Amino acid sequence: MKPVLSAAAPFAPTAPTAPPHSDRKRSTDRGVGTSSSRPDGIPKVKGQFAFSSDLWADGMLWGRTLRSPHPSARIRDLDTEAARRIPGVHAVLTADDVPGEPNYGLEHADQPVFASDVIRYQGEAVAAVAADHPEIAWRAVQAIEVDYEPTAAVVDPEAAIDAPPVHPDGNVFRHLTIRHGDLEATGEVTVEGAYAVGMQDQAFLGPESGMAIPGDDGGVDLYISTQWLHVDRDQVAACLGLAPELVRLTLSGVGGAFGAREDVSLQVHVCLLALRTGRAVKMLYSREESFFGHVHRHPARMWYRHHANSNGDLVKVEARLLLDGGAYASSSTAVIANAACFSCGPYRVPNAHIDAWVVRTNNPPCGAMRGFGAVQACFGHESQMDKLAAALDMDPVQLRLRNALRSGDELITGQRITGTAPARECIEAAVAHPLPPEPTGKGGGPDDPLLLPGGAGRTADRADVRRGVGFAVGFKNLMYSEGFDDFSTAAVRLEEGVNGEPVATVHCAAAEVGQGFVTLAQQIVRSVLGVDRVVLRAADTRVGSAGSTSASRQTWMSGGAVQAAALAVRDSLLERVAEARGVEVQGARRKLLTLRNGEVVGVEGRFRLTLTDALGGRPVEEVREYRHAPTMPLDDDGQGDAHVSYAFAAHRAVVDVDPELGLIRVLQITTGQDVGKALNPLQVTGQIEGGIAQGLGLAVMEEIVVDGGRIRNPSFTDYLIPTALDMPDVQATLIEQPEPGAPFGAKGVGEPPTISSTPAVVSAIRAATGIDLCRVPVRPDDIALSERTP
Amino acid sequence: MTSDRNPGYAEAGRSQVEAAAEGAPAGSRLTDESESYTLQVNGREESVKAAWLGESLLYVLRERLGLPGSKNACEQGECGSCSVFLDGTLVVSCCVLAADAVDSEVVTVEGLEPGDGLSDVQQHFLDAGAVQCGFCTPGLIVAVHDLLDRVPDADELTVREAISGNLCRCTGYGRILQAVVDVQRQRAGTQP
Repeated sequence: MKPVLSAAAPFAPTAPTAPPHSDRKRSTDRGVGTSSSRPDGIPKVKGQFAFSSDLWADGMLWGRTLRSPHPSARIRDLDTEAARRIPGVHAVLTADDVPGEPNYGLEHADQPVFASDVIRYQGEAVAAVAADHPEIAWRAVQAIEVDYEPTAAVVDPEAAIDAPPVHPDGNVFRHLTIRHGDLEATGEVTVEGAYAVGMQDQAFLGPESGMAIPGDDGGVDLYISTQWLHVDRDQVAACLGLAPELVRLTLSGVGGAFGAREDVSLQVHVCLLALRTGRAVKMLYSREESFFGHVHRHPARMWYRHHANSNGDLVKVEARLLLDGGAYASSSTAVIANAACFSCGPYRVPNAHIDAWVVRTNNPPCGAMRGFGAVQACFGHESQMDKLAAALDMDPVQLRLRNALRSGDELITGQRITGTAPARECIEAAVAHPLPPEPTGKGGGPDDPLLLPGGAGRTADRADVRRGVGFAVGFKNLMYSEGFDDFSTAAVRLEEGVNGEPVATVHCAAAEVGQGFVTLAQQIVRSVLGVDRVVLRAADTRVGSAGSTSASRQTWMSGGAVQAAALAVRDSLLERVAEARGVEVQGARRKLLTLRNGEVVGVEGRFRLTLTDALGGRPVEEVREYRHAPTMPLDDDGQGDAHVSYAFAAHRAVVDVDPELGLIRVLQITTGQDVGKALNPLQVTGQIEGGIAQGLGLAVMEEIVVDGGRIRNPSFTDYLIPTALDMPDVQATLIEQPEPGAPFGAKGVGEPPTISSTPAVVSAIRAATGIDLCRVPVRPDDIALSERTP
Repeated sequence: MTSDRNPGYAEAGRSQVEAAAEGAPAGSRLTDESESYTLQVNGREESVKAAWLGESLLYVLRERLGLPGSKNACEQGECGSCSVFLDGTLVVSCCVLAADAVDSEVVTVEGLEPGDGLSDVQQHFLDAGAVQCGFCTPGLIVAVHDLLDRVPDADELTVREAISGNLCRCTGYGRILQAVVDVQRQRAGTQP
């Protein structure tokens, strides 16, 4: 009776996707630009979608990790004997059991699969067990005896630069300098500020989980939630000491990602346990373990000095940025590049003097999270722009409009923006939305106590509540930068289906993590080939890499690969028809054969063939790799054409604050966002609203509290994310200026909503309270206990 | 950085990871702590054989009865992903011991609309764009069914409060709220 969520196809996005044949929907009704429905939507609403935590196999074992309670320690002794003796325990593995490379890492392999001698952060993996039942696995983990000698932890990122090395590779992951223009230039007005950003967690809902099944050939099949199958495959294979082709990964249902699944978590552990026991092994982190088991957003300390002329023109920006990378490298070197490159915001800044460091400490490792370095910097530069507007006695929106980047402008890296740059349009759109109604002072409606700061606590008195409006704008790069060979691969196959109708099948390893790439892939194929029925094969490593689902890149990159493969299928099919008919596809001056509305049309012979007839029983399949325009590394002065394209967004926030208790309610957020072209407007709206929620979270509630290297709030009881009562009304305007060179003109839309929404909310709190808030998240005591300026 | 300690977190922050270091009793055969029992789930009698008594209703539904629709995002009653009906009352199944539910009727997301069809709530979630990663979706769908059966004309604030125990990390709730309004309009006959 128990349905095995078949390991052969645990992820079935091909479930009822196409409407019944009789409803006569045309492919153009569900092509690019429409709000076509998600192909995985029906199984998701029915509870039938197989997430990685839902996998089940006959005779499977449960894996569990032992983690260090200390942020910094030596392991004097490790004894697994008692754990091994527990009935129902099938394996207990430590560093001695890793047959291949002892370390892994996204860009630099510096993190041990299991710590063997040194502990560098609280929660570092020490051992893993496999047992018949999760409770036995838990007891076995507790029965492992580890003799730790705690050592002094390096927890201050500033001190870390000169502190004894936490790791043989040293404590400075990267120090990046940007020197641009006249470094001696000064402005008539200067403002200075120091800012800090706390550690945010991605807090995806689907905890880390996966299943490994040993193969007959000595290899292993891993069903896993990840953002990038191939980079996981390469790290896992190296640690297992196996050839990459013996490590086969298939994407299982992913319950959100937001950057936290870019690094390996349990992948190596679960494969080791499966290979050791010869049985299927499932691992599933608890929420608490999840807080220890993935990287977080880098906390930041930032210092800025802005120079401007009295007319408001920016003259120079000086900045020093320090990001805490925690114990291991992850993607820190790329995060700091983004923080530095976008440190001045989407403005014309002729002169810049930027130093940016990301360092190693004994704090929890940090890496990718939505916005990737641009989020931290945006809180700094937008706080500065408000400060500058005040110093100049200018309207903060006008100051931003005056300095806003345009296409053709030069960035502080010396790179010219060749694509679209509608910063101005985003700002204008965000402020064009009407403000929410003023409180009436009567009961009900907007004066319901539930809608006051403090909400259900009903602590606020409407008469004491102060309202504020704030504004911010931000931008970041799309795709990978600094010369990275960034590509995606897709295979598209066109054939006759069982009912005689043409069916296209897409095989692409792009990780669907909830963002809706599966919908776009179908829409793109429908638009290119004119077929209605588009089937998606499970994403796996049997096809080439699609790159990471990060950097807002899959719409452009894997969208581009799917488009290229579909166009190649079209061209092959037209060649086939041309050959059979003895005609040419391309005439002297124009195409003689085309694909139009799902039919092959001969211009000269005036014939029409259905796709099925054109196929003639023989499928057409093409595989294509798609690359964006090449980028180059930054030079010693941080100059160079390091980026491909940029996306902009602006946010206006309206807040109510109860100054006595320091409680905040965000009433409204409006936004203008540069999307290039909305390929699926409903999905774009979902990305914008969801991204704003995470930006609001960072502004007023989300922080992993780290004390002496120890996480104090690893639960949803103590790490708060916005609920339906915390989220305000969101009004969004999509700015559509098709991006030259981008497939369909579309820009990625996932990250921009998370960048400037945070500083917009804080700006509004400052406006309401008059308090110079310089740290996020803003905590109640930052307001209630602060010296107020009138 | 984050060294400014919030005393409120001190106790809550004593994690399992730290507790593990202090040692714990060695494991024992779970058979000593197991029993067989019968549950009523989605209108069927389901027999649960030799199950460890510490198993939550959520675990038994997912791992023993082949009903993984109820999700395990926090397993401490904070996120609502595992919401089910217990004798018609909305509960988080992670906080109910399975063996305690023997005398109750359990309805899970799988039992809302058996077969291939969709309930109106499921259909409108799909149409309104309320589904992204989908991990919170089953719990929200159960919670919205509960709300609209009790308070068909719930206003926006009532809806927000009713689903505030269901965390969603992808959507920002905007499309979810829209889906609820769409169901209300359809049920009231004000929308075709």
